[in-house]
Amino acid sequence: MSAATILEEEQKHALHSREFGFWIYLMTDAVIFALLFASYAVLAENSAAGPTSNDLFDLSRTAIETGLLLVSSLTFGMASIALMHDQKGRVVQWLFVTLLLGLAFLAMEMGEFGGMIEKGAGPEVSGFLSAFFTLVGTHGLHVAFGSLGIVVMIGQVLVKGLTAPVRSRLMRLGLFWHFLDIVWIGIFSAVYLPGVL
Amino acid sequence: MNHSAERSLSTYLTGFVLAVLLTAIPFALVWGGLLAGSAVYAVIAVAAVLQVIVHLVFFLHIDLKSTPAENLFFLAFAAVLIFIMVGGSLWIMMDLHHRMQ
Repeated sequence: MSAATILEEEQKHALHSREFGFWIYLMTDAVIFALLFASYAVLAENSAAGPTSNDLFDLSRTAIETGLLLVSSLTFGMASIALMHDQKGRVVQWLFVTLLLGLAFLAMEMGEFGGMIEKGAGPEVSGFLSAFFTLVGTHGLHVAFGSLGIVVMIGQVLVKGLTAPVRSRLMRLGLFWHFLDIVWIGIFSAVYLPGVL
Repeated sequence: MNHSAERSLSTYLTGFVLAVLLTAIPFALVWGGLLAGSAVYAVIAVAAVLQVIVHLVFFLHIDLKSTPAENLFFLAFAAVLIFIMVGGSLWIMMDLHHRMQ
């Protein structure tokens, strides 16, 4: 075996370990979200005579946010397919579309938070609102970091090309992005839909 | 290569269509007020669990044959932890809530 192939094997092995490590990170992140969900479920009724979920939630906004995240999962899938075909330009295009969808989601969520705080329903008002802002805000923060990751990866694809480490990072970022969409399923099912019933 | 790529595009599209359906059902029920009482909560919960599975299978490509065993173990471990911690917290807090009244 030549030195080059040995190095390549080593690199493959290192990247494989990182993918497993990232998977462990995602599972621990899932545990954090699960506990935030539990806190929310316990505190959801405790509105301390302040505004309740019925006064505050707007289902049409939630539906649009849900649509944005779901479509962004599909467009990231398109980027992954382009990656398999070694189509560098396509990868960048689909990542860019995913980034725009992620930013649109964040803009809607910030609008929602801003509107609530303006109406006097900030996180300090009641147990319900503290739990709501913590849970939904933590998800929003993850989406913000995911969007930053997409920006970085667009840069890396353009500068470094589709090398093995770049492919591996893109794959891990994809896992992260799809994982955030799974957390959002929990949010609209446990927070928004029961909140307006 | 080409064949697996085709399959992968159809995988994402199938997952997307299923996810849209499983999102639309609970939203439509709540919006239209079509069901009353605990039945709505049951439908929301079942649709959510099914959609999580759809995302895991079609977007995260979890499958019992090709996914490395250690990844599956970790997924199962996290699921057990989540079940114990969330289920346990809710059980205790609901019970307390009940006794406080």
